[in-house]
Amino acid sequence: MTLATLIVRNARRHRLRVVLTACGIATVILAFNLIVTTVRAWYAGVEASVPNRLITRHAASLSIHLPLAYRDRIASISGVTGVTYANWFGGVYREAKGFFPQFAVDPASFLDLHQELVVTDDERKSFLGDRRGCVIGRRLADLYGWKIGDVIALKGTLYPGDWEFVVRGIYRGADATADETWMLLRWDYMNERRRQFDPDRADTVGWYVVRIADPGLAGMVSRSLDSEFANSAAETRTETEQAFQASFVAMSGAIISALKLLAIVLNGITLLVLANTLVMTVRERTREYAVLRALGFRSSHLTALVTGEALLIALFGSMLGIALTMPANRLYAALVSATLGNFFQRMTLSPSTLILSASITLCLAVCASAIPITRILRSRVANDLRHVG
Amino acid sequence: MSQSVIEFQRVTKSYFRDEQEVPVLRNFSLSIPSGKFLAVMGPSGSGKTTILNLIAGLDRPTQGTVHAAGIEVSRQRESDLARWRARHIGFVFQFYNLIPVLTAAENVELPLLLSPLTKRERVKHVQAALGLVGLSDRIHHYPRQLSGGQEQRVGIARAIVSDPTILLADEPTGNLDRDAAQAVMVLLSRLHLELNKTIVMVTHDPRAAEYAQEILHLDKGKVT
Repeated sequence: MTLATLIVRNARRHRLRVVLTACGIATVILAFNLIVTTVRAWYAGVEASVPNRLITRHAASLSIHLPLAYRDRIASISGVTGVTYANWFGGVYREAKGFFPQFAVDPASFLDLHQELVVTDDERKSFLGDRRGCVIGRRLADLYGWKIGDVIALKGTLYPGDWEFVVRGIYRGADATADETWMLLRWDYMNERRRQFDPDRADTVGWYVVRIADPGLAGMVSRSLDSEFANSAAETRTETEQAFQASFVAMSGAIISALKLLAIVLNGITLLVLANTLVMTVRERTREYAVLRALGFRSSHLTALVTGEALLIALFGSMLGIALTMPANRLYAALVSATLGNFFQRMTLSPSTLILSASITLCLAVCASAIPITRILRSRVANDLRHVG
Repeated sequence: MSQSVIEFQRVTKSYFRDEQEVPVLRNFSLSIPSGKFLAVMGPSGSGKTTILNLIAGLDRPTQGTVHAAGIEVSRQRESDLARWRARHIGFVFQFYNLIPVLTAAENVELPLLLSPLTKRERVKHVQAALGLVGLSDRIHHYPRQLSGGQEQRVGIARAIVSDPTILLADEPTGNLDRDAAQAVMVLLSRLHLELNKTIVMVTHDPRAAEYAQEILHLDKGKVT
């Protein structure tokens, strides 16, 4: 026999209580994991950012466009190895709920600079050869059941009218971080129609994507780029793609902060649930702990007994919570997708999220055992030996 | 005469109840030589259990000093006292105080977890101790599967398994029927006679006290 034997046997004494406590912990872990997954989904774009890409947009606002004429000047700046551009199209498919990101792009340069969007040579050729063509992400295609050759009808919002695009390619992400929910349509087609209804804004782009030779020189290239257009009619603001993506996340800052706060509160609940169980348990065993102390067991032994039991219960709860999280996350992702469409690029449950939740719970178990341990060690053995539990 | 293994020198012990000082022992002195079997008798509140607690270092005197098994108990740090207790003190309780989730053998093994003995050595000691109290056939029984007398004998095996210098027994027969009480007293008597254990036993039971070499009568914290 070892102390571990006693820890395990003690933990099995009140099975219902332990199971209920573990279920409480599991519920918290489940909720925590879903919250963290949601927050991470918000940051998916930031995570997918490529370090050697910069974004140049209008210094005042993203809604103010830049002249197409900037493209060649940007390309000539030292350190720049490629330039492309895009506009936010903002069309609606069927109804407002059918939202997905649509970008009007220069097809050849955009695909060159976004190697993470993988299309076959035939698809690429087909896209480049059809002004009404578009390329869509695999997840988007799966969501709506689109295949190559299908026609997608969008109702324009920023660019009024009815638009139809023919699917010429379905890209897949080169890795798990790539967003597979985009629709890429041709900027020249969009610009041609814009000339008819909004000629003043023709030949402008929403932003430039700039590839640089060395990510370490991002700051220097950004400054060079912005100084090139300083004091012009359309001054620019250049930042890394990561910072650009993060600025979008910041728009939802209040919601994300609320979710993070909720995650902290949930951990507080775990602490209270565990502490409550341990305090009850230790109170019931007051005399037993006194006997152990009378036999010569030291503070460290009693600390190990109580903490060990807390860790065991927390581990049980964590494993249960993790086991529940996996199917629950699939259900949650389906619900979010059904409700919000492709608002979130992906709701993937990361192993690091599971490890984080279990680690926090185990740390909380150690904290929760502090109160009962203190009570044991402060009490008088002589009194506790007379305790009737 | 053997050298004293326990010595109380002018010990006073008071408790505070609702800020009221309640003296339990007053200027109490006692010397117990090694190998003695002493029974302490007296009415409730006379300070009997306090004597055991002071010997074991579970309580500290308000005044005076307590020496036991080579140290001044009243001046030791708690962690040192715990180590000392594990080596020198065996406890037998009125309500047995066995750990219900451990078998008889595991309960007896508990004090040995604090010793440097190997698992095999611990098992040998446990078997010997349970054999001595006549419970070799109850090794794997849990306390709930034992009678009161058997539980107390397991308690005695646990108290002696680490071969302590002093055995302290607090009302060891207080919760037993007459036959079981007699069996326990015969056992304690054997431990004294055959193993020359120093035993201090607190009891209300005159029949149990008769097994001791000497009976100390206490009343209101003083020897009468």
